[in-house]
Amino acid sequence: MTTRNTKVMNRFDATSRLIAKLKHEEAVIGGIGNTNFDLWAAGHRPQNFYMLGSMGLALPIALGVALAQPDRRVFALEGDGSLLMQLGALSTIAALKPKNLIMIVMDNGIYQITGAQPTPAAGVADLVAIALGSGLTNSAWAADEEDFERLVDEAMSTDEPSLIALRIDDKPGVGTTRRDPVQIRERFMHGLGVREPL
Amino acid sequence: MAVSEQQPSSQAGPGSGDKSWHSIVLQTLKRNEISLIPYVPDRVLTPLIKSLHADPFFTTFATAREEEAVGIVSGAWMGGRRGAVLMQTSGFATLANTLASLAVPYQIPLIMFVSERGTLGEFNYGQSLVCRTMRPVLDSLAIEHHTITRLDELEFIVDRSIKQAVTTQAPVALILNPLLTGGKVFDK
Repeated sequence: MTTRNTKVMNRFDATSRLIAKLKHEEAVIGGIGNTNFDLWAAGHRPQNFYMLGSMGLALPIALGVALAQPDRRVFALEGDGSLLMQLGALSTIAALKPKNLIMIVMDNGIYQITGAQPTPAAGVADLVAIALGSGLTNSAWAADEEDFERLVDEAMSTDEPSLIALRIDDKPGVGTTRRDPVQIRERFMHGLGVREPL
Repeated sequence: MAVSEQQPSSQAGPGSGDKSWHSIVLQTLKRNEISLIPYVPDRVLTPLIKSLHADPFFTTFATAREEEAVGIVSGAWMGGRRGAVLMQTSGFATLANTLASLAVPYQIPLIMFVSERGTLGEFNYGQSLVCRTMRPVLDSLAIEHHTITRLDELEFIVDRSIKQAVTTQAPVALILNPLLTGGKVFDK
């Protein structure tokens, strides 16, 4: 455990800062639970996709969008517990090197939504070190909010996949996503220009 | 190894004489504009995987888990690109949650090719047991599935199933039986 000089930030605040930067209809995949609740609370955009299950698949879903639309930047917002379920996805992304994929990992060390139990990684594993070891060379901890915004700007102008991890507090999500999977998927496809509304 | 692999596959273009099962699957995928093929490999699928890698039309790569591959093709579908996932029976058994919480409720036309282990000469008890969970899981979620045993029915089933999945926005599992592929046997 080396990097612990990072500020503890807040998920909703960081998500809002990210969304405020998106000016080119970037796609955003919100992972299960609080991650997509705060994405929803930051203000719905047609290019947002909210996961209501399939824990751990925010990165793979974002990778699929990135491979389908190489000219659009695609963000995956994922929690630490979710990422731990699908660590192999980091290597898949490192091997494919999509130029337009940016991964944001919110790390509070707990399964907040189920009762704040610590994850097995809490206190022993470093998610950025895992990402680097998986081959994602452009991975970093955000030291504070300013540094997070700087890293996002960098990621949006680079030609390789980026992973930005943030330590966050133990607060629950601010909003609650409307749980309508068909409408979520359909509106997302409209937002990506794949379909027109009826 | 499948008997069909011994057939010449050098002329695998459309309308060519190559009628191996894997050539038919490849051509049918191409005709239906399915170009993204993540997979978790299987011995029986090897000739198909090799020919997919050799064809620049396809983006094909291994994933660490089958769930990951399902996530990737689901994202790609929403982004306007068609995909299909290749896996083995035991890999399908890891998918119940992903099917029930992503592919089915979000109405994603997830196209799955499952190489069937666990039957018709299986030598690994665990494979034969996990195989028995596959169709009950598919049936419990009312997911369309077909077990393909005959070469002369392969193209029809694959082509029609892909079109139905896309137009009805529903997943489909195409189970490649050892009667079609030759399967995997103890001495191989």
